[in-house]
Amino acid sequence: MINRRLTLTQRRALLGIFFILPWLIGFVFLFLTPLIESVRFSFSVLQVTPDGFTLAFNGIENFRVALAVDPEFNRVLTQSVLEMVYDVPMILFFSLFTATLLNQKFRGRSVARAIFFLPVILASGAVEAAQVSGLIQLTGSAEAAQELEQQQMGFDPMMVVRMLGNAGIPLWFVEYIAEAITRIYEIISSSGVQILIFLAALQSVPSSMYEVAKIDGATAYESFWKITFPMVSPLILTNVIYTIIDSFADSPVTQRIYQTAFVSQNFGLSAAMAWLYTIAVSLLLIIIGYLISKRVFYYN
Amino acid sequence: MDAKLLKSEAIVYRYHRVKNKSMAWLWSFFRLVLIVGIGFIIIRPILERISVAFKSPEDIYNPTIYMVPIHFTLDNVKHAMEILNYWPLLRNTLLFVILTTLLATVSSALAGYGFARFKFPGSNLLFAFVVLTILVPASTLMVPMYLHFRSFDVLGLVTLFTGREGLNLINTYWPSLIMAALGVGLKSGLYIYIFRQFFRGLPKEIEEAALIDGAGGIRTFLTIMLPNSIPPIITVMLFAFVWQYNDTFYASLFMNNSELIANSIAALPANVNQKLPQLLGIVGTEARADPNHAAMIVDTGILMAIAPLIIMYLFVQRYFVESVERTGVVG
Repeated sequence: MINRRLTLTQRRALLGIFFILPWLIGFVFLFLTPLIESVRFSFSVLQVTPDGFTLAFNGIENFRVALAVDPEFNRVLTQSVLEMVYDVPMILFFSLFTATLLNQKFRGRSVARAIFFLPVILASGAVEAAQVSGLIQLTGSAEAAQELEQQQMGFDPMMVVRMLGNAGIPLWFVEYIAEAITRIYEIISSSGVQILIFLAALQSVPSSMYEVAKIDGATAYESFWKITFPMVSPLILTNVIYTIIDSFADSPVTQRIYQTAFVSQNFGLSAAMAWLYTIAVSLLLIIIGYLISKRVFYYN
Repeated sequence: MDAKLLKSEAIVYRYHRVKNKSMAWLWSFFRLVLIVGIGFIIIRPILERISVAFKSPEDIYNPTIYMVPIHFTLDNVKHAMEILNYWPLLRNTLLFVILTTLLATVSSALAGYGFARFKFPGSNLLFAFVVLTILVPASTLMVPMYLHFRSFDVLGLVTLFTGREGLNLINTYWPSLIMAALGVGLKSGLYIYIFRQFFRGLPKEIEEAALIDGAGGIRTFLTIMLPNSIPPIITVMLFAFVWQYNDTFYASLFMNNSELIANSIAALPANVNQKLPQLLGIVGTEARADPNHAAMIVDTGILMAIAPLIIMYLFVQRYFVESVERTGVVG
């Protein structure tokens, strides 16, 4: 028996590899291989044949087409990256606020929690698509549908803009708030998991800290900024990353990439677009991660 | 003098008490308004759809109706069921989703345990790769995956035995099932992460005791670790179920023609416009149903698609919050 001659450490290592083996196989064959192939595709012209495909190398042509020739890709890419930057603070603020609210003790808390996590269950791209296309088919045009949707809100955001503007708050901030108000449903429905994560973090803050602060005469406001906020700050990074990843699934860029591949059958271009998207998002993640992790407070 | 001081102190004390109490009352009132308001925003779409589902078409143009219809009917539900082909569709979807959920849970629990408790060469690097699988957008791997599953082959075995170019697995359940079983499916990286965090939080002593008593690694995992890890199992299963049920990306990539709720709902508006006139008995080439009526059927269809999730949620929502809290996602 070879096994007899192995040391305990070696046997444990083998056992560990045994446990991760399914994942390792999947990772090598269904993640790493496609990843490398995707790089190859992005530098080639891909022709699908009945029994497979052929590749012809064409340098950076695909990237050039994606950035300089394709009429939409640039716009869609910048738009959805900007939207991400725009949405992240709103979602973070809203979810932290809601988590703090739901962490307090009041009657009907469990019902409130159940309702607030409902969006986690119902966040469905399919339903959204059906709603939008349903409206478009109803009215015959995308623009009319959009107008109709705004009318249904039954609320004029300009009112808020004017009011806050008169109060002397900088205009960009007012616009941001107005945007947040008009899109409140989207923000609420995409912050379910974030609320869940923040809530779990809030519950892990030792209550003795609050007691001490209270005895020393701190107000609720002070104890939020001096205790709660630093204690949950590591989770802010987690939530930022989660929010960004979550927006991949049905972002316009993803749809554009999908259509380039399966509607116009231009697989090489699609791969190039996907890589540009990945690079843009990774840069964003690195920048945000760096900025936040400098300020994060680690308790342990 | 003393008595006077005491009196004024008493007044100050009473003043503070009243102030504190009224502030507390104000805050809880404010909180109530906020919670009810946000809660209403969240459930309004569902309430509206329920109202629409039982509303008779006569009531569409009655402006006095808000939410509660005057003429109740089950016709909308019937039409939507017929157009969606509801029961077979639901059965297919549930079968597919439950299978992937189970496979994803098993594979990610194994991997999570492996990463949490064992040191082997490159274990840290491999775990960094797990995080990488979470971060890379699925659209990057889309084309190679599609081609890979279009002519699926394990190390050339299929070609060796049948001489053909591999199996075409597109439009079957296999691509998603294989990916789930190998822990690289929809958000599997996240599940592995959840399991790893949880297992790292469990005390090592139990395992050491089991090891000393002569249990092997696999037996320790099955009899000691798994029974103790109900919270992450529930969390992962819930998320896997819900996300797989709602997923449109892989559904349209691998199973564009399959009967799945995600696909059918996305195509529902077009189908309703096409089939509703026949169901209503309108004939002729120019036959079109009232668009508002069609919209009602679409809304009803959407409600019926999310109904299984809502019903499930009513039963499990308690565990949902609790188990996420105890999983140590936060860790």
